[in-house]
Amino acid sequence: MASGRTGEDAPAVLVQTVGLTKRFGEIDVLKDIDLSVRVGEKVAIIGPSGSGKTTLLRCVAHLERPTSGYVAIGGERIGDKLVNGRWREMSDREIAGIRAGIGMVFQRFNLFPHLTALENVMLGPTHVLKRSRAEAEPLARGLLRKVGLEHKAADYPERLSGGQQQRVAIARSLAMQPRLMLFDEATSALDPELIGEVLNVMRGLARDGMTMLIVTHEMRFAEDVADRVVFMDHGRIVEEGEPHRLFRSPSHPRTQAFLHAVVDREAMIEAPTS
Amino acid sequence: MSAWLTVWGLLPVLLGGAVITLEVTAGAFALATLIGVTFAILQRLELRPLRFAIATYVDVFRAVPVLTQLFIIYFGLTEIGIRLDPVPSAIIGFGIYGGAYLTEVFRAGIESIHHGQIEAAQMLGMTRLAALRIVILPQAVRVVLPPLGNFAIGLLKDTALASAVAAPELMFQARTLVDKTFLATQIFVTAAAIYLAMSLPLGYLTRLAEARLSRGRR
Repeated sequence: MASGRTGEDAPAVLVQTVGLTKRFGEIDVLKDIDLSVRVGEKVAIIGPSGSGKTTLLRCVAHLERPTSGYVAIGGERIGDKLVNGRWREMSDREIAGIRAGIGMVFQRFNLFPHLTALENVMLGPTHVLKRSRAEAEPLARGLLRKVGLEHKAADYPERLSGGQQQRVAIARSLAMQPRLMLFDEATSALDPELIGEVLNVMRGLARDGMTMLIVTHEMRFAEDVADRVVFMDHGRIVEEGEPHRLFRSPSHPRTQAFLHAVVDREAMIEAPTS
Repeated sequence: MSAWLTVWGLLPVLLGGAVITLEVTAGAFALATLIGVTFAILQRLELRPLRFAIATYVDVFRAVPVLTQLFIIYFGLTEIGIRLDPVPSAIIGFGIYGGAYLTEVFRAGIESIHHGQIEAAQMLGMTRLAALRIVILPQAVRVVLPPLGNFAIGLLKDTALASAVAAPELMFQARTLVDKTFLATQIFVTAAAIYLAMSLPLGYLTRLAEARLSRGRR
């Protein structure tokens, strides 16, 4: 999988953001973000609401165009290309070609409501990869099996629970055989009892060696699964590091304050009467 | 009573006109839908000159009475050497006029679909155009079916205006027969009944299509 571009033993860098800045009107949502994710690495991004986590993920997918700086996937800049020594904006088709290798799971699932679970999973392979139905269907059924939903193949999204919809959405992304998966608060819209089933599927993907960039509020999951945790606040990366270290002894006061607030909340949920 | 018997004998002429009415309606509906879908999608591609051109088309063709447009196509184009028969003139006239309406109908339909849908399609590697065509449009069609049905029924009735450019549709035949027989009440009531017989199934078909397309949804 690793292309070995660096010529070192460490896996190659798959995602790199360089001086990434995003401004909406007067507001700097991302400020000078430098982040690298290596092949096979799982990076969790945590932080308070409005800290820029989702925007960072959306810039990586080029659903938002950076105001300045850039994102490179596998060494290739997404959104711009060098033509005769000058940077030019890529065509929609070129950007689509890069996105085909990136899976993204949205907070609101975004399944296509007019298609069954199976058809949702088959849509990318048949329309983008130009696979025949005969080729795509076994692959799609296999992926639905992987997320534990083969028996729901013929159901429309409306008939599925939130957790099931999100698992279909993960299968839909995997059908494109992406080299990178982006998770944008994949469990935030779910009822508490449905969160576990989605996190289990994500754990399975992590075990399979998928490169994952995960925006999450599930601190325990981040600690279990991530190789590295990035804490963001006010559009900046405040602190990053190995999960146990960052969660147990954060060095920055803002990280400490955030984690204290989250831990206190979780403690209150676990012991509501105390 | 004998007047109604006379009209009964003239029914084939009226039905012949009804066939032309259906031809004009179907042709114009197909053209208007093609224009509406194409322009509504092109409007979403964020190409400024194209958006401006389409907006201008919609504004102009919605603002001018369809009868005026029919006269321009049928009589006016002869000035530049284009001579169209009445039926093609009517199909083109109603098609272009209807296209302006349906561009707006489809635009509203597309805009009613949540933005997350197009992003999900784009993240599967689809271009914006492919996402609109493959993912958004099939969903938008459900939304626009009721106004589309209304448009079709309205169009069926409006084609009566094509008699002004001598298209031998139902109203043209009815008026010709009235001129010959002076049986205005009987002939126009019969024409009304034929319009009704054509319109009612359209309404039924629209509801049927809505029910079909709402598979998977309550």
